[in-house]
Amino acid sequence: MAVANESRRFALPTLTIKHREAVAAYLFVAPWILGLLMFAAYPVGASLVLSFTEWDLLTEIKYVGAENYVKMFTNDRYFPVTMGNTAYYTFIGVPLHTLVALLLALPLTSKLRGIRFFRTAWYVPSVTPAVAAAVLWILIYHPEFGMANAVLELVGIPPQRWIFSQTLAKPSFILMSLWSVGGQMVIFIAGLQGVPQQLYEAASIDGAGRWGRFWNVTLPLISPVTFFNLVIGVIASFQIFTAAYIMTRGGPANQTLFFVRQLYRNAFEYLKFGYASAMAWVLFVIILFFTGLQFLGARRWVYYEAKAEEN
Amino acid sequence: MADPSITLDTQTPGAVVRVIPTSVRARRIGGTVLAYCVMIAVSIILILPLLWLFAASLKTQQLVLSTPRGFGEFFASLVPSDPQFVNYSEALTRRPFGLWTRNTMIIVVLATAGTLLSASMAAYAFARLRFPGRQLLFTVTLSTLMLPFIVTMIPQFLMFSKIPGPSSAGNWTDTLMPLILPHWLGGGAFYIFLMRQFFTTIPHELDEAARIDGAGFFRSYWQITLPLSGPVLATVTIFSFITNWNDFLAPLIYLASRQNQTLALGLQSFQGEFSNEHHLLMAASATMTVPVLLVFFFMQKYFLRGFVMSGIAGR
Repeated sequence: MAVANESRRFALPTLTIKHREAVAAYLFVAPWILGLLMFAAYPVGASLVLSFTEWDLLTEIKYVGAENYVKMFTNDRYFPVTMGNTAYYTFIGVPLHTLVALLLALPLTSKLRGIRFFRTAWYVPSVTPAVAAAVLWILIYHPEFGMANAVLELVGIPPQRWIFSQTLAKPSFILMSLWSVGGQMVIFIAGLQGVPQQLYEAASIDGAGRWGRFWNVTLPLISPVTFFNLVIGVIASFQIFTAAYIMTRGGPANQTLFFVRQLYRNAFEYLKFGYASAMAWVLFVIILFFTGLQFLGARRWVYYEAKAEEN
Repeated sequence: MADPSITLDTQTPGAVVRVIPTSVRARRIGGTVLAYCVMIAVSIILILPLLWLFAASLKTQQLVLSTPRGFGEFFASLVPSDPQFVNYSEALTRRPFGLWTRNTMIIVVLATAGTLLSASMAAYAFARLRFPGRQLLFTVTLSTLMLPFIVTMIPQFLMFSKIPGPSSAGNWTDTLMPLILPHWLGGGAFYIFLMRQFFTTIPHELDEAARIDGAGFFRSYWQITLPLSGPVLATVTIFSFITNWNDFLAPLIYLASRQNQTLALGLQSFQGEFSNEHHLLMAASATMTVPVLLVFFFMQKYFLRGFVMSGIAGR
């Protein structure tokens, strides 16, 4: 082995150690660079090009200019519907997810006996497969025999039609998504555990009560985590698909027809790959816009320790 | 509940021991009891849907479709008096469940193996080696975290439907390949990032000592870095297992014929065709859920650590 190594070293006399390190590094990242090109760079470019074409994969590809975009904004009756539904789901759902995740995380940072049991129990819904959860929640929301109505009856509220009701369909989806905020909850737990105890002590000495400590110490110090959860939440919520695809197929009266559901339908049911690509880019730009907006807004409320130390 | 002053009193070594008046102590005990009550109530609410799932999967078709009245009946309905285990055998034999499980397992195992190998290689280069363009490439890598699947999904599908392959249409659609191959080419920015973060914490002295002994970069990766990275490899394995097991949209666009589908797709078609046989649907859902729950229960330490590390990425 050592001999083989020696002879190889002599066979490449021009390569310095630095060069050999770089060559090795490129070999190590080569699969990822290939993956990056095949599954990220090329598809992003291709979908942008496709969005200016009409193509069903069977006939010739046809360049149509901005027609897909013009049609989407002026002559697609589903566009405002799906956009409205998706925006509703995102802008009502994400703040609620974040709030609930934080409320669940707060008691889980205590040092009570058995806290790990609670952590596990509260996280478990999040690992349930999306399809299994969707199938389960159809039964939970069953207008006659569902668990949701059984629970309402316990507290004396008349039964509802949930996902089958025009007014309750979207709130029902939000309620169901609140069931699986475990991911955000765990990130909050980590953030809360990172708050230095001395700050709480200092605040107590300054006469801050429990609420004052939460408001003036906890919230500012976990704001980067809150921000992270909001950003990730908005990106994910704009792409809601699986639950709606399985549970309602867009109904009732298109109330749960979300954007990606319609995009999927255009691409893989109607084979309008050009138009669907344009839809994907519109959603991409919307997601980037709201992410950028959050980053701008973050300057006003997200507290970074390193920066504060500089000042 | 999360009262930090309690921790100060009991945990800080050398902290001044204060005499706590009885009234305060009583209030603290009261607070603890209240905390437990609230937390148990929340646990019941969050676990209820899953209990309902398992309960319904063991009931007769008629019993699923009955509404319990009052608290007593409600909680009694969660424990089926006459469990119908036959629901499981009926649900699992009626459809090609065996095939779906096999397909899902093939995807999960091969995708996870590919991710472990190719993501750790890229992560090793980012964490341990110096090369021109490293910073740029890493920034590009992280930026793909922001890239939604829906943007790349259509060209990826068209690509696999244009490459000649073994499927009946003469391409790679309706095969498991599109669901496995990407994982052998880096496995995605998230996993590379997780592993890179871990690799940077391994002391450089270990590498240098090995280098002096004549070890090349590959040996330092394979015999030093990887063996020391058990926790992060476990995290990635669990994440990859659960993500691929649960994935729906990617299998949906690629796998058309029934015998090539996964459990997630099969369960979905089951839902469409047998929407009235709730007991069988629930048995099938439970079957798909149990493996994930088991993996989570036994490996949750690593699973939660991965989540925490992804959260730190936001800082």
